[in-house]
Amino acid sequence: MTTVSLDAARTALSSACGDVTDAGPADAVDGVPATLVARPGSTAETAAVLQAAAGHGLTVVPRGRGTKLSWGRPPERADLVLDTSRMSAVLDHAAGDLIVHTQAGTLLADVQATVGSAGQRLSLDEAVPGSSIGGALATNTSGPGRLVVGTARDLLLGVTLVRADGVIAKAGGRVVKNVAGYDLGKLVIGSFGTLAVITDAVFRLHPLPAAERFVTVPFGTAEDAAALVQTMVHAQVVPAAVEVEWRVDGAGTVGVLLGGTPTGVEARTAATLQLLGAGAEAAETPPPGWGVLPWRDDADLPEVGLKLTCALSGLAPVLDTARRAAADVGVPLTLRGSGGAGVLYGALAADAPVDAVAAVVERTRTACTAHGGSLVVLEAPAAVQAAVDTWGPVPAIDLMRRVKEQFDPERRLAPGRFVGGI
Amino acid sequence: MSGTHGTETTAGPVLGDIPPEATAATGEAGDNAAGVAAVGRVARALMPTTGVISDPTELRTYECDGLAHYRVTPALVVLPETTEQLAAVVRACAEHGVPFVARGSGTGLSGGALPRADGVLIVTSRMRTIREVRRADQRAVLEPGVINLDVTRAATGEGYYYAPDPSSQQICSIGGNLAENSGGAHCLKYGFTSNHVLGAELVTPQGDVVQLGGLAPDAPGYDLLGTVVGSEGTLGIATTATVRVVRLPEEVRTLLVGFRSTDDAGAATSAIIGSGVLPAAIEMMDALAIEAAEAAVHCNYPDGAGAVLVIELDGPSAEVQHEYDVVERLCQEHGSFELRLAIDATERALIWKGRKSAFAAVGRISPDYIVQDGVIPRTALPEVLRAIADLSSSSGVRVANVFHAGDGNLHPLVLFDDAKPGAGEAAEQVSGAILDLCISHGGAITGEHGVGVDKAAYMPKMFTDDDLDTMQLVRCAFDPGGIANPGKVFPTPRLCGEVPGKRKHAHPLVEAGLADAF
Repeated sequence: MTTVSLDAARTALSSACGDVTDAGPADAVDGVPATLVARPGSTAETAAVLQAAAGHGLTVVPRGRGTKLSWGRPPERADLVLDTSRMSAVLDHAAGDLIVHTQAGTLLADVQATVGSAGQRLSLDEAVPGSSIGGALATNTSGPGRLVVGTARDLLLGVTLVRADGVIAKAGGRVVKNVAGYDLGKLVIGSFGTLAVITDAVFRLHPLPAAERFVTVPFGTAEDAAALVQTMVHAQVVPAAVEVEWRVDGAGTVGVLLGGTPTGVEARTAATLQLLGAGAEAAETPPPGWGVLPWRDDADLPEVGLKLTCALSGLAPVLDTARRAAADVGVPLTLRGSGGAGVLYGALAADAPVDAVAAVVERTRTACTAHGGSLVVLEAPAAVQAAVDTWGPVPAIDLMRRVKEQFDPERRLAPGRFVGGI
Repeated sequence: MSGTHGTETTAGPVLGDIPPEATAATGEAGDNAAGVAAVGRVARALMPTTGVISDPTELRTYECDGLAHYRVTPALVVLPETTEQLAAVVRACAEHGVPFVARGSGTGLSGGALPRADGVLIVTSRMRTIREVRRADQRAVLEPGVINLDVTRAATGEGYYYAPDPSSQQICSIGGNLAENSGGAHCLKYGFTSNHVLGAELVTPQGDVVQLGGLAPDAPGYDLLGTVVGSEGTLGIATTATVRVVRLPEEVRTLLVGFRSTDDAGAATSAIIGSGVLPAAIEMMDALAIEAAEAAVHCNYPDGAGAVLVIELDGPSAEVQHEYDVVERLCQEHGSFELRLAIDATERALIWKGRKSAFAAVGRISPDYIVQDGVIPRTALPEVLRAIADLSSSSGVRVANVFHAGDGNLHPLVLFDDAKPGAGEAAEQVSGAILDLCISHGGAITGEHGVGVDKAAYMPKMFTDDDLDTMQLVRCAFDPGGIANPGKVFPTPRLCGEVPGKRKHAHPLVEAGLADAF
């Protein structure tokens, strides 16, 4: 932007929203410097900001608490960071109806504290500490609990969006059952801010379990891990989570979470110990690393963070291939994730040679794809990002581009962050 | 608005009864006859003669779905047997600007499969193969014409079942379920069709075949599948569906609980949910619905009950025992006078028979009725049920209530005799007022039957013009020509502007070598 147009844009934004500042180094988006930051306090202010941005042709990167801005690809430009952190209120917790209505900038942890006081929870694990609701939705994060309750798409009932042109739109509602109109909530989940800005959301809640128990068992090979996972998912003990961890040193653990009533959990824990056989142990507290993404989040030199998915029957070959691919290029790999749901996360060291990372990505992606899944490079140093295909092959990409063209024909919302350069 | 169900002897009203707001949905017979003929030629070249229907008498077989109040004879019916055939027909429709409507088993209750007089009805009943039940993956891969209950039948031997269970599950199709995001009694615990469809092969309204989702979760890119499920056939036609199958529970307990009033039964429902127990199902029937069910299927529900709850608990035995104790206590605290536990599969089936046959059973006590479908916050149940009772007594129109109490999904059955002058109109008014009650309590105008042609006019009561416009951006992306089930869901179509084609220029990132084009 020229100085003149920047001044004009700043003026327009300031009249739309009281909180507009020049961006600093900390506002850069995945290495791309931002110019301005607006912090609207309401949906109406968000709409006004987006209208002003549209009027001045500004690219806009929505930001919640900024914990996952480095995921995906860097945006082509970041003229304006639209920060939702001032929209941080839990608007309504209807405990009797097991729903919560919250603004998008609210910390997931704050929502949990509010609903937790009534013995309820939003069954969306906080995969990245400090996440806002909007950020968790936009990146579709999930954790161990996804096995039974699913992910954001299974919990979100209603959503308020502001489009790139500043138009406010709602979809869904405040009741748990509703088939009126298109489910735009599902469309924006995982869209990385490229379709619209989420300003508030309604979720269904679940009762907190009265008791929880964790059962862990070691494994040595990919086949063993997959067999243990199969045992658990076909059992009738209804595990709330079936996790797999394979550490750099080769130590593997399958972890099972059981939640329910104290007597029920006790009986199911006994059944699970029997099912998993020798070496299985029960504990009151989660094993180390439970539900934590395996890569170290360092702003200066991030580790490589991968997300792997596959059909459950592909778990053994995917685990095995990833492990071998890393070993063959001499790069340590940690794998951890919801094996029972066909989701794993992988971490490679930040200083791993780019070629080596690319080789691991390519071989592992081939295995994931062969088993109905995918591999996405969520987090990576710039050199790696430049050398690998971040998102991998995306079926129906033409249709996705057409959706993007309808919602954001000028490509001003987080351009370039998402699949196929969207 | 709303579906009028006559008994078999009562012929439903015909075309002339379609209200003005719905005529845009039906088209004019004879419009674009040349285009329809061209589609017919394409279809005949690909399919056996029995798969392409243009004889006027045979066409009338398809003039309505489960919402028999609305009838339109389609210009052409095709019954493809493969994805390729179906896609070729859709491509021909796109090429000639002919609207098409997809139909599975035709059991929908909102007129979603109401044909177009100037269009093609594409029936999926010959695509009825269960391709695979993949136990290791906990998935089944299905063609769209597969009957809902057949999925469970195919998976039971492996210890699995398909959870979404609309009352019509013995005849409704998976493709129709996907289009409508069908629910059922057990979605309280297990979720709706959208929670169970993990992948689909979709024929887009331009005739392209695309794969959305699949065996693995979290496919990269937009969750187009999540938007397609429940879009009522306006974004394309699913030609396969990959669905989750769920492990059969270790134990199931089905209870029938009698209460003096719907107030008591509603309060018990709220207390159960509030206690942290999540039953697989909590269904309520009021006295009039019980009377109808007794007359039809002799289900032997408790004498003198003002309401019954059918409660099903399932899961590990140790949890079910605890839940049963809680439910029994809470029902007693809220005035239940009889609680029966089904001791075997026969008793369980009888309890469910009363519930699942209730809609049809109402035909025993009333020559005609409207099935309404609205949602309210569960805690508003007693208040809304009283308001419905007030509406009924002030209008003299009888209303039977059979519904998914745990979800707050009401199915008031508004009874009338169409032979009596004005009775149909009075029933329509009451039915509409019930929907207004749902909206004023922060609810939804449909929980599982869909908007279709029936409630399109109600959409502006729940959504603003901007909301509807934004939804239709998706429509424009998928169906720029507006030929996929036009006139359904949205009261007014959005003009899509320029039909988007291929990108005029390579994407900048592709040009820069930073991303691949796929």
